[in-house]
Amino acid sequence: MDALLFLTFATIAVACAINLVLQTHPIASALSLVGVMGSLAVLYLLLGGEFIAAVQVIVYAGAIMVLFVFVIMLLNAAAEKKTKKPALRAVVAVPLLFTFLMLVAYLIQTQVPKGPGVQFGGFSGGSPADIGRALFTTYILPFEITSVVILIAILGAVVLARKEV
Amino acid sequence: MNFYILSLVKTGLLAFVLLTFCAYLVWIERKVLAHIQLRPGPYRVGPHGLLQPLSDLIKLVTKEGLIPGNVSTGLYLFAPFLAVALALVSIVTIPFGPEFEIFGVRTWLGLTDLNIGVLFILAMSSLGVYATAIGGWASNSKYALLGGLRSSAQMISYELPLALAIVAPILIANTLSFKELAEAQSGFHFGFLPKWHIFAAPFPQIFSFLIFLVAAFAETNRVPFDLPEAETELVAGFHTEYTSTMFAAFFTAEYANIVTICCVTTLLFLGGWHPLFPSAYGSDYVPVILLLGVAGMFFFHAGQTIKTRRWDRFSFPVGGVLSLGLAGLFLIPMLQPILVPFFWFAAKTLLLIFVFIWVRGTLPRFRYDQLMRFAWTFLFPVAVVNLLITAFAVALTSK
Repeated sequence: MDALLFLTFATIAVACAINLVLQTHPIASALSLVGVMGSLAVLYLLLGGEFIAAVQVIVYAGAIMVLFVFVIMLLNAAAEKKTKKPALRAVVAVPLLFTFLMLVAYLIQTQVPKGPGVQFGGFSGGSPADIGRALFTTYILPFEITSVVILIAILGAVVLARKEV
Repeated sequence: MNFYILSLVKTGLLAFVLLTFCAYLVWIERKVLAHIQLRPGPYRVGPHGLLQPLSDLIKLVTKEGLIPGNVSTGLYLFAPFLAVALALVSIVTIPFGPEFEIFGVRTWLGLTDLNIGVLFILAMSSLGVYATAIGGWASNSKYALLGGLRSSAQMISYELPLALAIVAPILIANTLSFKELAEAQSGFHFGFLPKWHIFAAPFPQIFSFLIFLVAAFAETNRVPFDLPEAETELVAGFHTEYTSTMFAAFFTAEYANIVTICCVTTLLFLGGWHPLFPSAYGSDYVPVILLLGVAGMFFFHAGQTIKTRRWDRFSFPVGGVLSLGLAGLFLIPMLQPILVPFFWFAAKTLLLIFVFIWVRGTLPRFRYDQLMRFAWTFLFPVAVVNLLITAFAVALTSK
């Protein structure tokens, strides 16, 4: 059951990711990205990280991507035009892609230590209480620094967007 | 195996009840609005227009489903599907009553209890923006696009005060599961005041309740925040180009969202299924007394029917007998532990739904800039201050 769900949503995630690159219209690409994030949330759920799954949907799919879609709709961006690509590009790119994929596979095979592998539902530290405790005790410094960095980003956006008086 | 059968039965029951109730919510809304405006409302189809939802459904399904020529067909068809799917999925985490035992099976009213139930509802409601935005964009019409744009801007803005208002009662109850939230509100202060979160001990959550309610109006696109479908300026907003079943899907989603958000308000602030006063003072008999009153009203009016209302000679006595039968159900000791908590839950939820309709009949629509200014310069700061005070109160009183 777990393996079946994993395979289904992993396939959806990969298919959406490929679709994201192939689509010519920005809205279709943005919606494919939402699909990737939604299926990632399901994968987190399968691994027992229910809080992370909910936050993934709320923050990425629900807030950030809505803003992306909003801006694309507001600018009314049209579909990009496909230009004719030189044939040489495909001849060079396809072997390069395969070399890269094989390199990644080789690195994972040799560098990543062999553990017992992932057990579905074997992890139980994903509840809101556990994450909260970890954030506010062990990782308090990175957490606070992140909040300051975000505050700086917001201030920067306000300064840039404000009209000169 | 038992678990699967039980879940299947409960899912079927919930889907049936929810969809029927959504259909009749339209009837209730039209009736209440009509009575606010001193007119009878739907009256022709069935006794007191009670078969109106059914005829509306038949009308919508049998109409021609028109797809305009210049829309992006895939997304155009996907948007209503997404809207109705998200609206129906989000109700699965809502518990309608406590645990009980019937025919030797121990279960509870509700489908599932997630330990992130509140976050799940928030996630589903934040995904709901896509349905209106995509629907508005894919229609390829300026009115629909404006409606979709307004809806996404509005829902992003009002999600912040909504989430902040939810955090305050969660701090007090110290859980994210709806079932535990409701259980945390059992009992009474001084023996009579219920321990609901609007009367909570360190800091009463009455302000969060009001903020949540206002933001909920905006999240469900209701008057006075129904800018995405402002008919005076945008024809029908994001669903201008939709017909037939696709329009019905948007319509169902809207009403299902209202039901869900009223259930969530009940669970977060109004004590879920816990009664208004202790059962020692007879709160278990409130539904019986109410239903007896309803039956009495039916029989009183049946005695003095007006000549032009021929149906009332049959419908009023039937209604009276039905109310008496329901009152009898509430007196059966085996059913009492199920029905009485459910009655309290349903009563509070229906009261909130009535408030939704009442506001629609009372308030005019906001202007768009007023809507945004209200969210960012009033509602959001108030929600933050309320959260800070609650957090301090909880920190000071907890061990």
